[in-house]
Amino acid sequence: MQVPAPLEYVRATSVSDAIGLLERLGEEARIIAGGHSLLPMMKLRLATPEYLIDVNDLHDELSYIRRTGSQLRVGALTRHRELLESEELVEHFPIFRDAERVIADPPVRNRGTLGGALCQADPSEDLSSVCTTLNASCVIRGSAGERVVTMEEFYRGPYETAVGPAEMLTEVRIPIRRGGSNAYAKVDRRAGDWAVTAAGAALWLDGGADGVIADARVGLAAVGPSTTGIPAISAALQGRPPSAEAFAEAGRIAAESCSPTTDGRGTEAYKRHLAGELTRRTLATAYQRIQEREVLG
Amino acid sequence: MQVSMTVNGEPVVSDVEPRLLLVHYLRDVLGLTGTHWGCDTSNCGACVVLLDGEPVKSCTVLTPMAGGHEVRTVESLEQDGYLDPVQQGFIECHGLQCGFCTPGMLMSARALLDANPKPTDDDVREAISGQICRCTGYRSIVRSVQWAAEHPDPVPAPEPAWPAGTVGGLS
Repeated sequence: MQVPAPLEYVRATSVSDAIGLLERLGEEARIIAGGHSLLPMMKLRLATPEYLIDVNDLHDELSYIRRTGSQLRVGALTRHRELLESEELVEHFPIFRDAERVIADPPVRNRGTLGGALCQADPSEDLSSVCTTLNASCVIRGSAGERVVTMEEFYRGPYETAVGPAEMLTEVRIPIRRGGSNAYAKVDRRAGDWAVTAAGAALWLDGGADGVIADARVGLAAVGPSTTGIPAISAALQGRPPSAEAFAEAGRIAAESCSPTTDGRGTEAYKRHLAGELTRRTLATAYQRIQEREVLG
Repeated sequence: MQVSMTVNGEPVVSDVEPRLLLVHYLRDVLGLTGTHWGCDTSNCGACVVLLDGEPVKSCTVLTPMAGGHEVRTVESLEQDGYLDPVQQGFIECHGLQCGFCTPGMLMSARALLDANPKPTDDDVREAISGQICRCTGYRSIVRSVQWAAEHPDPVPAPEPAWPAGTVGGLS
Protein backbone atom coordinates (compact mmCIF):
# COMPACT_ATOMS: atom_id res chain seq x y z
CA MET A 1 0.00 0.00 0.00
CA GLN A 2 1.40 3.37 -0.98
CA VAL A 3 0.55 6.15 1.45
CA PRO A 4 2.20 9.52 2.03
CA ALA A 5 4.35 10.11 5.12
CA PRO A 6 2.58 11.75 8.08
CA LEU A 7 1.70 15.37 7.46
CA GLU A 8 -0.32 18.30 8.71
CA TYR A 9 -3.08 19.65 6.50
CA VAL A 10 -4.45 23.17 6.35
CA ARG A 11 -6.81 24.92 3.96
CA ALA A 12 -6.07 28.37 2.61
CA THR A 13 -8.96 30.84 2.40
CA SER A 14 -7.32 33.27 -0.05
CA VAL A 15 -4.07 33.74 -1.98
CA SER A 16 -2.70 36.06 0.68
CA ASP A 17 -3.70 33.54 3.36
CA ALA A 18 -1.82 30.80 1.44
CA ILE A 19 1.30 32.97 1.19
CA GLY A 20 1.03 33.86 4.89
CA LEU A 21 0.82 30.14 5.73
CA LEU A 22 3.87 29.39 3.54
CA GLU A 23 5.84 32.09 5.37
CA ARG A 24 4.75 30.90 8.79
CA LEU A 25 5.21 27.16 8.19
CA GLY A 26 8.56 27.45 6.40
CA GLU A 27 10.23 25.36 3.73
CA GLU A 28 8.60 22.09 4.79
CA ALA A 29 5.22 23.39 3.61
CA ARG A 30 3.91 22.78 0.11
CA ILE A 31 0.86 23.97 -1.75
CA ILE A 32 -1.46 21.24 -2.98
CA ALA A 33 -4.00 21.96 -5.73
CA GLY A 34 -5.14 19.00 -7.85
CA GLY A 35 -2.51 16.85 -6.17
CA HIS A 36 -2.06 14.53 -9.14
CA SER A 37 1.66 15.25 -9.41
CA LEU A 38 2.47 15.86 -5.76
CA LEU A 39 0.57 12.95 -4.17
CA PRO A 40 2.21 10.23 -6.29
CA MET A 41 5.62 11.75 -5.41
CA MET A 42 4.63 11.73 -1.74
CA LYS A 43 3.58 8.08 -1.92
CA LEU A 44 7.02 7.23 -3.31
CA ARG A 45 8.72 9.43 -0.68
CA LEU A 46 10.21 11.55 -3.46
CA ALA A 47 8.52 14.42 -1.63
CA THR A 48 7.87 14.51 2.11
CA PRO A 49 6.33 17.88 2.97
CA GLU A 50 5.41 18.25 6.63
CA TYR A 51 2.56 20.62 5.86
CA LEU A 52 0.17 20.68 2.95
CA ILE A 53 -1.67 23.90 2.19
CA ASP A 54 -4.79 23.03 0.19
CA VAL A 55 -5.71 25.85 -2.20
CA ASN A 56 -8.73 24.18 -3.80
CA ASP A 57 -11.08 26.58 -2.00
CA LEU A 58 -9.49 29.43 -4.01
CA HIS A 59 -11.25 28.25 -7.18
CA ASP A 60 -13.24 31.50 -7.47
CA GLU A 61 -10.10 33.59 -7.08
CA LEU A 62 -7.67 31.58 -9.19
CA SER A 63 -9.68 29.73 -11.82
CA TYR A 64 -10.43 31.83 -14.89
CA ILE A 65 -9.64 32.38 -18.54
CA ARG A 66 -10.05 36.04 -19.44
CA ARG A 67 -8.84 38.40 -22.11
CA THR A 68 -7.18 41.62 -21.01
CA GLY A 69 -6.06 43.80 -23.92
CA SER A 70 -3.65 41.75 -26.02
CA GLN A 71 -3.20 39.04 -23.39
CA LEU A 72 -5.11 35.98 -22.36
CA ARG A 73 -4.82 35.50 -18.62
CA VAL A 74 -5.33 32.05 -17.17
CA GLY A 75 -5.61 31.50 -13.42
CA ALA A 76 -3.21 28.97 -11.94
CA LEU A 77 -6.01 26.86 -10.44
CA THR A 78 -7.78 26.40 -13.78
CA ARG A 79 -8.19 22.65 -14.17
CA HIS A 80 -7.19 20.59 -17.20
CA ARG A 81 -10.83 19.90 -17.96
CA GLU A 82 -11.65 23.62 -17.95
CA LEU A 83 -8.74 24.28 -20.31
CA LEU A 84 -9.89 21.46 -22.59
CA GLU A 85 -13.47 22.73 -22.74
CA SER A 86 -12.75 26.47 -23.07
CA GLU A 87 -13.92 27.89 -26.41
CA GLU A 88 -12.13 31.17 -25.73
CA LEU A 89 -8.85 29.35 -25.31
CA VAL A 90 -9.25 27.23 -28.44
CA GLU A 91 -10.17 30.28 -30.52
CA HIS A 92 -6.72 31.79 -30.01
CA PHE A 93 -4.73 28.75 -28.95
CA PRO A 94 -5.92 25.43 -30.41
CA ILE A 95 -2.56 24.09 -29.17
CA PHE A 96 -4.10 23.87 -25.68
CA ARG A 97 -6.86 21.52 -26.84
CA ASP A 98 -4.37 19.41 -28.81
CA ALA A 99 -2.31 19.02 -25.65
CA GLU A 100 -5.15 18.56 -23.17
CA ARG A 101 -6.61 15.73 -25.24
CA VAL A 102 -3.46 13.71 -24.62
CA ILE A 103 -2.84 14.68 -21.00
CA ALA A 104 -3.69 11.77 -18.67
CA ASP A 105 -7.42 10.87 -18.66
CA PRO A 106 -10.77 12.46 -17.73
CA PRO A 107 -10.73 11.72 -13.95
CA VAL A 108 -7.17 13.07 -13.66
CA ARG A 109 -8.04 16.10 -15.80
CA ASN A 110 -10.95 16.81 -13.43
CA ARG A 111 -8.43 17.48 -10.65
CA GLY A 112 -5.09 18.58 -12.12
CA THR A 113 -4.41 22.29 -12.63
CA LEU A 114 -2.39 24.50 -14.98
CA GLY A 115 -0.36 25.96 -12.09
CA GLY A 116 0.33 22.55 -10.62
CA ALA A 117 1.49 21.23 -13.98
CA LEU A 118 3.91 24.13 -14.52
CA CYS A 119 5.23 24.10 -10.93
CA GLN A 120 5.90 20.37 -11.15
CA ALA A 121 8.45 21.31 -13.87
CA ASP A 122 8.62 17.79 -15.23
CA PRO A 123 10.75 17.88 -18.39
CA SER A 124 8.11 15.87 -20.25
CA GLU A 125 5.12 17.86 -19.02
CA ASP A 126 2.88 18.99 -21.86
CA LEU A 127 1.56 22.38 -20.70
CA SER A 128 5.09 23.60 -19.96
CA SER A 129 5.90 22.98 -23.58
CA VAL A 130 2.68 24.71 -24.69
CA CYS A 131 3.43 27.79 -22.57
CA THR A 132 7.03 27.90 -23.84
CA THR A 133 5.77 27.70 -27.42
CA LEU A 134 3.34 30.58 -26.83
CA ASN A 135 5.94 32.76 -25.09
CA ALA A 136 3.79 32.90 -21.97
CA SER A 137 4.85 34.59 -18.79
CA CYS A 138 4.21 33.51 -15.20
CA VAL A 139 2.92 35.70 -12.40
CA ILE A 140 4.52 34.74 -9.08
CA ARG A 141 3.14 36.25 -5.91
CA GLY A 142 4.80 36.63 -2.52
CA SER A 143 4.14 38.82 0.50
CA ALA A 144 6.19 41.63 -1.10
CA GLY A 145 4.00 41.62 -4.21
CA GLU A 146 4.00 40.16 -7.68
CA ARG A 147 6.73 39.53 -10.20
CA VAL A 148 6.37 38.34 -13.76
CA VAL A 149 8.91 35.97 -15.32
CA THR A 150 9.30 34.44 -18.77
CA MET A 151 9.08 30.67 -19.23
CA GLU A 152 12.88 30.59 -19.72
CA GLU A 153 13.32 32.26 -16.33
CA PHE A 154 10.61 30.13 -14.74
CA TYR A 155 12.40 26.82 -15.29
CA ARG A 156 15.63 26.39 -13.37
CA GLY A 157 15.94 22.70 -14.19
CA PRO A 158 14.03 19.44 -13.76
CA TYR A 159 11.43 19.81 -10.99
CA GLU A 160 12.83 23.23 -10.12
CA THR A 161 11.21 26.59 -10.79
CA ALA A 162 11.70 30.27 -9.97
CA VAL A 163 8.86 30.08 -7.43
CA GLY A 164 10.40 30.67 -3.99
CA PRO A 165 9.48 28.78 -0.81
CA ALA A 166 7.05 31.50 0.32
CA GLU A 167 5.64 32.29 -3.12
CA MET A 168 2.99 30.87 -5.40
CA LEU A 169 2.28 30.90 -9.10
CA THR A 170 -1.05 32.68 -9.54
CA GLU A 171 -1.48 33.34 -13.25
CA VAL A 172 -0.15 32.57 -16.71
CA ARG A 173 -0.27 35.36 -19.29
CA ILE A 174 -0.22 34.52 -22.98
CA PRO A 175 0.28 37.21 -25.62
CA ILE A 176 -2.41 37.26 -28.33
CA ARG A 177 -0.86 38.06 -31.71
CA ARG A 178 -2.76 38.44 -34.95
CA GLY A 179 -2.17 36.34 -38.04
CA GLY A 180 -1.12 33.14 -36.38
CA SER A 181 -2.11 29.70 -35.21
CA ASN A 182 -0.54 26.84 -33.31
CA ALA A 183 -0.58 23.09 -32.71
CA TYR A 184 0.73 20.35 -30.45
CA ALA A 185 1.59 16.70 -31.00
CA LYS A 186 3.13 14.02 -28.85
CA VAL A 187 4.20 10.44 -29.14
CA ASP A 188 3.48 8.34 -26.06
CA ARG A 189 3.61 4.63 -25.38
CA ARG A 190 -0.02 4.31 -24.34
CA ALA A 191 -3.03 6.61 -23.95
CA GLY A 192 -2.48 9.35 -21.39
CA ASP A 193 1.15 8.48 -20.71
CA TRP A 194 4.08 10.85 -20.40
CA ALA A 195 5.56 11.90 -23.71
CA VAL A 196 8.36 9.98 -25.35
CA THR A 197 8.77 13.28 -27.17
CA ALA A 198 6.32 16.11 -27.80
CA ALA A 199 6.41 19.33 -29.78
CA GLY A 200 4.38 22.51 -29.83
CA ALA A 201 4.58 25.00 -32.67
CA ALA A 202 3.24 28.52 -33.15
CA LEU A 203 3.38 30.29 -36.49
CA TRP A 204 2.55 33.87 -37.47
CA LEU A 205 2.32 35.15 -41.05
CA ASP A 206 2.56 38.67 -42.49
CA GLY A 207 -0.27 39.49 -44.88
CA GLY A 208 -2.54 36.47 -44.54
CA ALA A 209 -2.16 32.86 -45.60
CA ASP A 210 -0.25 33.87 -48.75
CA GLY A 211 2.23 35.97 -46.80
CA VAL A 212 5.67 35.23 -45.41
CA ILE A 213 6.52 33.92 -41.95
CA ALA A 214 6.65 36.78 -39.48
CA ASP A 215 7.62 34.54 -36.57
CA ALA A 216 7.70 30.89 -35.60
CA ARG A 217 8.21 29.32 -32.19
CA VAL A 218 8.73 25.69 -31.25
CA GLY A 219 8.67 24.19 -27.74
CA LEU A 220 9.82 20.63 -27.10
CA ALA A 221 9.09 18.32 -24.18
CA ALA A 222 10.96 15.24 -22.90
CA VAL A 223 14.15 15.89 -24.86
CA GLY A 224 16.21 17.81 -22.27
CA PRO A 225 16.36 18.73 -18.60
CA SER A 226 13.54 21.26 -19.05
CA THR A 227 10.96 21.93 -21.71
CA THR A 228 12.82 24.05 -24.21
CA GLY A 229 12.12 26.64 -26.85
CA ILE A 230 14.22 26.58 -30.02
CA PRO A 231 15.06 30.23 -30.90
CA ALA A 232 17.16 29.11 -33.89
CA ILE A 233 13.94 28.03 -35.62
CA SER A 234 12.51 31.55 -35.37
CA ALA A 235 15.72 32.95 -36.89
CA ALA A 236 15.74 30.40 -39.71
CA LEU A 237 12.08 30.82 -40.71
CA GLN A 238 11.50 34.58 -40.43
CA GLY A 239 10.83 36.21 -43.79
CA ARG A 240 10.44 32.93 -45.68
CA PRO A 241 7.23 31.75 -47.29
CA PRO A 242 5.59 28.88 -45.40
CA SER A 243 6.44 25.68 -47.22
CA ALA A 244 7.16 22.01 -46.68
CA GLU A 245 10.88 22.78 -47.19
CA ALA A 246 10.88 25.49 -44.52
CA PHE A 247 9.08 23.24 -42.01
CA ALA A 248 11.45 20.35 -42.79
CA GLU A 249 14.42 22.62 -42.12
CA ALA A 250 12.83 23.64 -38.80
CA GLY A 251 12.53 19.93 -38.00
CA ARG A 252 16.23 19.40 -38.71
CA ILE A 253 17.11 22.31 -36.42
CA ALA A 254 14.87 20.92 -33.66
CA ALA A 255 16.47 17.46 -33.92
CA GLU A 256 19.96 18.98 -33.68
CA SER A 257 19.15 21.49 -30.94
CA CYS A 258 17.59 19.19 -28.34
CA SER A 259 19.40 17.00 -25.82
CA PRO A 260 17.49 13.76 -25.29
CA THR A 261 18.84 10.78 -23.39
CA THR A 262 18.35 7.08 -23.99
CA ASP A 263 15.96 5.55 -21.46
CA GLY A 264 13.11 3.08 -21.17
CA ARG A 265 10.95 5.18 -23.46
CA GLY A 266 13.37 5.22 -26.37
CA THR A 267 16.86 5.86 -27.61
CA GLU A 268 18.46 9.26 -28.05
CA ALA A 269 18.38 8.83 -31.84
CA TYR A 270 14.69 7.89 -31.84
CA LYS A 271 13.79 10.92 -29.71
CA ARG A 272 15.80 13.24 -31.99
CA HIS A 273 13.93 11.80 -34.94
CA LEU A 274 10.62 12.42 -33.16
CA ALA A 275 11.61 15.99 -32.22
CA GLY A 276 12.28 16.73 -35.89
CA GLU A 277 9.22 14.99 -37.23
CA LEU A 278 6.81 16.42 -34.64
CA THR A 279 8.22 19.92 -35.20
CA ARG A 280 7.63 19.58 -38.94
CA ARG A 281 4.10 18.26 -38.44
CA THR A 282 2.99 20.82 -35.85
CA LEU A 283 4.28 23.71 -37.96
CA ALA A 284 2.35 22.28 -40.93
CA THR A 285 -0.80 21.90 -38.80
CA ALA A 286 -0.47 25.48 -37.53
CA TYR A 287 -0.14 26.70 -41.13
CA GLN A 288 -3.15 24.62 -42.18
CA ARG A 289 -5.17 26.20 -39.37
CA ILE A 290 -4.26 29.70 -40.57
CA GLN A 291 -5.45 28.77 -44.06
CA GLU A 292 -8.68 27.19 -42.79
CA ARG A 293 -9.50 30.24 -40.72
CA GLU A 294 -9.14 32.45 -43.79
CA VAL A 295 -11.41 30.16 -45.80
CA LEU A 296 -14.01 30.29 -43.04
CA GLY A 297 -13.60 34.07 -42.80
CA MET B 1 -8.23 15.87 12.24
CA GLN B 2 -12.00 15.98 11.98
CA VAL B 3 -13.41 15.70 8.46
CA SER B 4 -17.04 15.90 7.43
CA MET B 5 -18.49 15.22 4.02
CA THR B 6 -21.53 13.74 2.35
CA VAL B 7 -21.19 10.16 1.15
CA ASN B 8 -24.03 8.73 -0.92
CA GLY B 9 -26.35 11.41 0.41
CA GLU B 10 -25.55 10.77 4.08
CA PRO B 11 -23.50 13.21 6.16
CA VAL B 12 -20.46 11.55 7.76
CA VAL B 13 -17.98 12.91 10.28
CA SER B 14 -14.71 11.14 11.12
CA ASP B 15 -11.47 11.74 12.92
CA VAL B 16 -8.75 10.78 10.41
CA GLU B 17 -5.05 11.15 9.83
CA PRO B 18 -4.61 13.88 7.18
CA ARG B 19 -2.58 11.51 5.00
CA LEU B 20 -5.43 8.99 4.73
CA LEU B 21 -6.38 8.55 1.08
CA LEU B 22 -10.03 8.82 0.15
CA VAL B 23 -10.14 5.26 -1.22
CA HIS B 24 -9.00 3.87 2.14
CA TYR B 25 -11.37 6.14 4.04
CA LEU B 26 -14.32 4.85 2.03
CA ARG B 27 -13.29 1.21 2.32
CA ASP B 28 -11.70 0.90 5.75
CA VAL B 29 -13.47 3.57 7.80
CA LEU B 30 -16.92 3.65 6.20
CA GLY B 31 -16.93 -0.01 5.12
CA LEU B 32 -17.94 0.89 1.55
CA THR B 33 -15.84 -1.78 -0.11
CA GLY B 34 -17.59 -1.46 -3.47
CA THR B 35 -14.93 1.09 -4.41
CA HIS B 36 -11.97 -1.03 -5.42
CA TRP B 37 -8.37 -0.23 -4.66
CA GLY B 38 -6.14 -1.22 -7.54
CA CYS B 39 -2.87 0.18 -8.82
CA ASP B 40 -2.33 2.99 -6.29
CA THR B 41 -0.78 5.15 -9.02
CA SER B 42 -3.78 6.89 -10.67
CA ASN B 43 -3.57 4.55 -13.63
CA CYS B 44 -6.12 1.77 -13.36
CA GLY B 45 -9.24 3.71 -12.36
CA ALA B 46 -10.75 0.94 -10.23
CA CYS B 47 -11.07 3.50 -7.40
CA VAL B 48 -13.08 6.06 -9.40
CA VAL B 49 -15.82 7.73 -7.36
CA LEU B 50 -17.76 10.91 -8.03
CA LEU B 51 -16.62 14.03 -6.18
CA ASP B 52 -19.30 16.71 -6.59
CA GLY B 53 -20.56 14.69 -9.54
CA GLU B 54 -17.22 14.40 -11.37
CA PRO B 55 -15.21 11.17 -11.67
CA VAL B 56 -11.97 11.26 -9.66
CA LYS B 57 -9.42 8.61 -8.75
CA SER B 58 -9.87 8.27 -5.01
CA CYS B 59 -6.35 6.83 -4.53
CA THR B 60 -5.00 10.29 -5.38
CA VAL B 61 -7.23 12.43 -3.16
CA LEU B 62 -6.48 12.98 0.51
CA THR B 63 -9.55 12.45 2.69
CA PRO B 64 -9.44 16.02 4.09
CA MET B 65 -9.46 17.37 0.53
CA ALA B 66 -12.95 15.85 0.15
CA GLY B 67 -14.13 17.55 3.34
CA GLY B 68 -17.25 19.63 2.74
CA HIS B 69 -17.85 17.95 -0.60
CA GLU B 70 -20.21 15.27 -1.92
CA VAL B 71 -18.86 11.82 -2.65
CA ARG B 72 -20.81 9.18 -4.56
CA THR B 73 -19.73 5.56 -4.64
CA VAL B 74 -21.01 2.52 -6.50
CA GLU B 75 -23.16 1.63 -3.47
CA SER B 76 -25.42 4.58 -4.33
CA LEU B 77 -26.45 3.27 -7.73
CA GLU B 78 -29.09 0.78 -6.56
CA GLN B 79 -31.90 2.66 -4.80
CA ASP B 80 -34.98 1.19 -3.10
CA GLY B 81 -34.76 -2.08 -4.98
CA TYR B 82 -34.15 -0.45 -8.37
CA LEU B 83 -30.93 -0.75 -10.32
CA ASP B 84 -29.37 2.21 -12.06
CA PRO B 85 -29.63 1.69 -15.84
CA VAL B 86 -25.83 1.44 -16.05
CA GLN B 87 -25.97 -1.55 -13.71
CA GLN B 88 -28.64 -3.22 -15.79
CA GLY B 89 -26.68 -2.37 -18.96
CA PHE B 90 -23.65 -4.23 -17.63
CA ILE B 91 -25.92 -7.23 -16.93
CA GLU B 92 -27.60 -7.11 -20.35
CA CYS B 93 -24.43 -6.67 -22.42
CA HIS B 94 -21.90 -8.72 -20.50
CA GLY B 95 -20.10 -5.56 -19.34
CA LEU B 96 -18.13 -7.37 -16.68
CA GLN B 97 -16.00 -10.46 -16.57
CA CYS B 98 -13.87 -10.60 -13.39
CA GLY B 99 -15.66 -7.49 -12.10
CA PHE B 100 -12.66 -5.75 -10.56
CA CYS B 101 -12.82 -2.60 -12.68
CA THR B 102 -16.63 -2.58 -12.71
CA PRO B 103 -17.36 -0.15 -9.81
CA GLY B 104 -15.14 2.51 -11.37
CA MET B 105 -16.54 1.86 -14.83
CA LEU B 106 -20.11 2.17 -13.52
CA MET B 107 -19.35 5.50 -11.84
CA SER B 108 -17.64 6.95 -14.92
CA ALA B 109 -20.58 5.77 -17.00
CA ARG B 110 -23.08 7.37 -14.61
CA ALA B 111 -21.23 10.71 -14.74
CA LEU B 112 -21.00 10.54 -18.54
CA LEU B 113 -24.75 9.90 -18.95
CA ASP B 114 -25.61 12.64 -16.44
CA ALA B 115 -23.69 15.11 -18.62
CA ASN B 116 -24.39 13.58 -22.02
CA PRO B 117 -27.49 11.32 -22.22
CA LYS B 118 -26.78 10.33 -25.85
CA PRO B 119 -23.06 9.65 -26.05
CA THR B 120 -21.34 8.35 -29.17
CA ASP B 121 -19.15 5.26 -28.88
CA ASP B 122 -16.15 7.61 -28.96
CA ASP B 123 -17.62 9.64 -26.08
CA VAL B 124 -17.94 6.43 -24.03
CA ARG B 125 -14.40 5.31 -24.89
CA GLU B 126 -13.07 8.74 -23.92
CA ALA B 127 -14.99 8.67 -20.62
CA ILE B 128 -13.50 5.30 -19.61
CA SER B 129 -10.05 5.97 -21.09
CA GLY B 130 -8.57 6.41 -17.62
CA GLN B 131 -9.68 2.95 -16.55
CA ILE B 132 -8.18 -0.41 -17.24
CA CYS B 133 -10.18 -3.62 -17.77
CA ARG B 134 -7.60 -6.40 -17.59
CA CYS B 135 -10.13 -8.85 -18.99
CA THR B 136 -10.07 -6.43 -21.97
CA GLY B 137 -13.84 -6.38 -22.22
CA TYR B 138 -13.98 -2.84 -23.54
CA ARG B 139 -16.36 -3.54 -26.42
CA SER B 140 -18.91 -5.03 -24.01
CA ILE B 141 -18.45 -2.11 -21.62
CA VAL B 142 -19.12 0.41 -24.39
CA ARG B 143 -22.23 -1.56 -25.42
CA SER B 144 -23.38 -1.69 -21.78
CA VAL B 145 -23.16 2.08 -21.43
CA GLN B 146 -25.03 2.52 -24.72
CA TRP B 147 -27.74 0.13 -23.47
CA ALA B 148 -28.10 2.36 -20.38
CA ALA B 149 -28.35 5.44 -22.62
CA GLU B 150 -31.20 3.79 -24.54
CA HIS B 151 -32.99 2.66 -21.36
CA PRO B 152 -32.74 5.63 -18.97
CA ASP B 153 -35.28 4.43 -16.39
CA PRO B 154 -34.29 2.52 -13.22
CA VAL B 155 -34.91 -1.22 -13.43
CA PRO B 156 -36.31 -3.46 -10.64
CA ALA B 157 -33.45 -5.41 -9.09
CA PRO B 158 -33.61 -9.16 -9.72
CA GLU B 159 -34.53 -11.56 -6.94
CA PRO B 160 -31.42 -12.90 -5.25
CA ALA B 161 -30.38 -16.26 -6.71
CA TRP B 162 -30.29 -17.70 -3.22
CA PRO B 163 -31.70 -16.58 0.16
CA ALA B 164 -30.01 -13.81 2.11
CA GLY B 165 -27.48 -15.05 4.64
CA THR B 166 -26.46 -18.04 2.58
CA VAL B 167 -23.53 -18.52 0.25
CA GLY B 168 -24.18 -20.28 -3.05
CA GLY B 169 -27.38 -21.76 -1.62
CA LEU B 170 -25.57 -23.18 1.43
CA SER B 171 -26.38 -21.78 4.85
